[in-house]
Amino acid sequence: MTAGPARAPRRSLHPGAWWLWALGLAAAATRTTDPVLLLALAAAVVVVVAARREADPGRPGLRGWVVAALAVVAVRVVLRVALDAQHGPTVLFRLPELPLPAAAAGIRLGGPVTLEPALAALYDGLRLAALVVSVGAANVLANPRRLLRSAPAALHEVATALAIALTVAPQLADSAHRVRRARTLRPGPGGRRHVLRQVVVPVLTDALDRSLALAAAMDARGHGRVRSLGRGRRGAGGGLVLGGLVGTAIGAYGLLDAQAPAAVGLPLLVAGLGAAAAGLALGRTRALATRYRPDPWAGPEWAVALSGLAVAAGLVAASVADPANLHPPTQPLVWPSPGALPVLAVLVGFLPAWLPAPRARPPRRPPGGEVAAGTGGDAEGTRPAVGAAP
Amino acid sequence: MIRFERVTFAYDPGTDPVLAEVDLHLEEGELVLVVGPTGAGKSTLLGLVNGLVPHFTGGRLRGRVSVGGRDTATHPPRALADLVGWVGQDPAAGFVTDTVEEELAYGMEQLGLAPDVMRRRVEETLDLLGIVELRRRALGTLSGGQAQRVAVGSVLGAHPRVLVLDEPTSALDPVAAEDVLATLARLVHDLGLTVVVAEHRLERVAHHADRVVHVDGRGTVTAGAPGPVLARHPELAPPVVALAALAGWEPPPLSVRDARRRAGDLRRRLAGRSPGEPVPPRDRPPLCRARGLHVAHGPVTALAPADLDLHPGEVVAVMGRNGAGKSSLLWALADAAWRSGGSVALADGAGAALVPQTPGDLLYLATVGEELAQADADAGARPGTAAGVLAGLGVELAGDRHPRDLSEGQRLALVLAVQLATEPSLVLLDEPTRGLDPVAKAGLVAAVASLAAAGRAVVVATHDVELAAAAAHRVVVLAGGEVVVDGPVAEVVCSSPAFAPQVAKILAPERWLTVEDVARALVPELRRP
Repeated sequence: MTAGPARAPRRSLHPGAWWLWALGLAAAATRTTDPVLLLALAAAVVVVVAARREADPGRPGLRGWVVAALAVVAVRVVLRVALDAQHGPTVLFRLPELPLPAAAAGIRLGGPVTLEPALAALYDGLRLAALVVSVGAANVLANPRRLLRSAPAALHEVATALAIALTVAPQLADSAHRVRRARTLRPGPGGRRHVLRQVVVPVLTDALDRSLALAAAMDARGHGRVRSLGRGRRGAGGGLVLGGLVGTAIGAYGLLDAQAPAAVGLPLLVAGLGAAAAGLALGRTRALATRYRPDPWAGPEWAVALSGLAVAAGLVAASVADPANLHPPTQPLVWPSPGALPVLAVLVGFLPAWLPAPRARPPRRPPGGEVAAGTGGDAEGTRPAVGAAP
Repeated sequence: MIRFERVTFAYDPGTDPVLAEVDLHLEEGELVLVVGPTGAGKSTLLGLVNGLVPHFTGGRLRGRVSVGGRDTATHPPRALADLVGWVGQDPAAGFVTDTVEEELAYGMEQLGLAPDVMRRRVEETLDLLGIVELRRRALGTLSGGQAQRVAVGSVLGAHPRVLVLDEPTSALDPVAAEDVLATLARLVHDLGLTVVVAEHRLERVAHHADRVVHVDGRGTVTAGAPGPVLARHPELAPPVVALAALAGWEPPPLSVRDARRRAGDLRRRLAGRSPGEPVPPRDRPPLCRARGLHVAHGPVTALAPADLDLHPGEVVAVMGRNGAGKSSLLWALADAAWRSGGSVALADGAGAALVPQTPGDLLYLATVGEELAQADADAGARPGTAAGVLAGLGVELAGDRHPRDLSEGQRLALVLAVQLATEPSLVLLDEPTRGLDPVAKAGLVAAVASLAAAGRAVVVATHDVELAAAAAHRVVVLAGGEVVVDGPVAEVVCSSPAFAPQVAKILAPERWLTVEDVARALVPELRRP
């Protein structure tokens, strides 16, 4: 394969790669409360999104997610300061204390505010914020609809429902805007109840109408054509996927929660993934749909996905080796000094910003010149095996 | 190709059937036009062809519908997807993916075609419909005509033998509608597709049709050659057929071209007579004076500064392509909040009322009666005002009906009555003929005339050239947010290839606009005193 004078056009990265990278960063964030590491993780997210986001005016950027993350931090700190921040030695300022009835003994509102508990709340809030921006980055970088198109056939029904929701949800904003505009034409009585009725009723009926119209169009275009399998195999496939997903969820929880017994972590995760994979493989034989120009999974995808997973692996390894190191104490107050391993691991998370954008592969030319057109092409148009789902 | 055998269908077994004992046989390679009043069952008939009725909608079907030998009772829509392509009323509502190219491939993916076959057919479809330059566009950015052509393309990839379209041009401007219909005619001629189209604006589509199926609303369906069927239903007939009936042409021509070739005699009879152009009554001072009206959304100019005077008793049609700024002009006239600048001075005491493009947005109560009572209360009018307006529009609605169950025409009348309860002197109608059948449209024309006769000014934004010809005194044409022409209706529309009504095209260079004008000139006793 020789590169021509013009480079092959860019293609977009497989959405699954971005999700794996982002989930890796999110998993890493759950293992630490070190503000330096967490801020570095958030910075990695912002830098990568800035570098790799595809220009698409129709889709929202990271801004909303960042705002949500800051709100999480603010709520966390403000609540702690107002309710339960008097236990440290360093008093920052005093809030007026509210006397509470005897029934609420043990709760103090206001009073002296000390630095240490406030900082602990800040660290905790930062951890949640890093989680939020990581998930946000996955949404911004990878079009969720493209991800759904790559969903395995066994999850077909779930993917369909999600696809309809993803299509109709943004249209809700449109119809809300339209109805609110129309409301100015017919002001009507004020009052919360009337406003609710005047806006919510038309918007919801509109959403239902749109969902039905979309479902009808999808049905009419052949969505949901499947090969019929025996009832037993279908059931087995579904059971395996469901059981596998539950196992995976519990396993992932065990792995992320440092206090969980070791047996709940990795073994259950592996068993769950195995069961889910078997179920998906069973479901695959049911699938009929093919993909038009599928997103390839090649070198660039591996690089992005592995960089995210490396961050998670690095922090998990660090927390196994020395858990205390990832949770800087606030009493006594110590300047956080994360070890070399977690710092290096988090730096790996920045990599996708500098990895080269994937390029489309030049089309393969079959020996014999022209791309074979029309050879047996139309025979696939009507497959006799096609039937309705039972 | 499509065979209905003694088909009876009811959505609810307890009610009267929508279609009763229908026998119908549609041949391969025909362009079939389905006509009839709103709510008569045209959409039901179309849905029966691809199985959406009853598989998706529910209901009770007796008899047998078969397409290409497949019985729709045992084949759900997805099992007919390779045989029947179906395009719904709002093409954008059926889009599943993000870009044009993905949308064209979606149906083929569901059928499980091999990737190289899909690749080839996507290119073929792009060429066939002339939308190559749109391939990477996001679906949300398409204009109405483009979206309609992409929707047609998205079902063509599966190589269906039947194409079913429900009102494909109702939201399109005249030029875009002509494009879409020409595309359909080409599919029939080149590919031998059977195309079934439901459409209200017969003047756009009648001359393409090989056969017309009439659904009467009481369950009876008749089919036949277009000329005779339309001549039997004068209330549905496009102007060219009505003119033929007046002039005694037999069989009636369906296209402007055929009518023109036979119109020499009629033109001679009309020579020297004048259509009696409706003169905009300008003896009174203007009721509304708009100066420097403009609308901008961020950096995008929707309406460049425009001046407009509206006199009492005047009906003004605002025309132009989709996105030319017609709605912006109406909203800016109605409410200061939508103006970016400029002023609207209404004569003292006068208010403005706007009926938006989707009138249903204004309705939120459970019954017609509640809506009317609420309108009276909101306007501070005495009870019964809005109901009186509704009766004045010639529409009878039971007070306990739910507004969502009304036909488009009935809903428009209800919203008009609600908005007129405030007794505005300026009435603004945004695209009112969308989804209206010819009978409802005639009712709208009469309602507009009576509003104008009562001394109100009416502004109608519309794509419907026949409505403009029948109802308006003056036409304002917008393009790219700028006023291109503002003048008397005959002067503006007769000289324009896009906006000329059928009668004007047939009788050019004389400026006749409607069949009624011609009839009045020919029959002295009908002439205005």
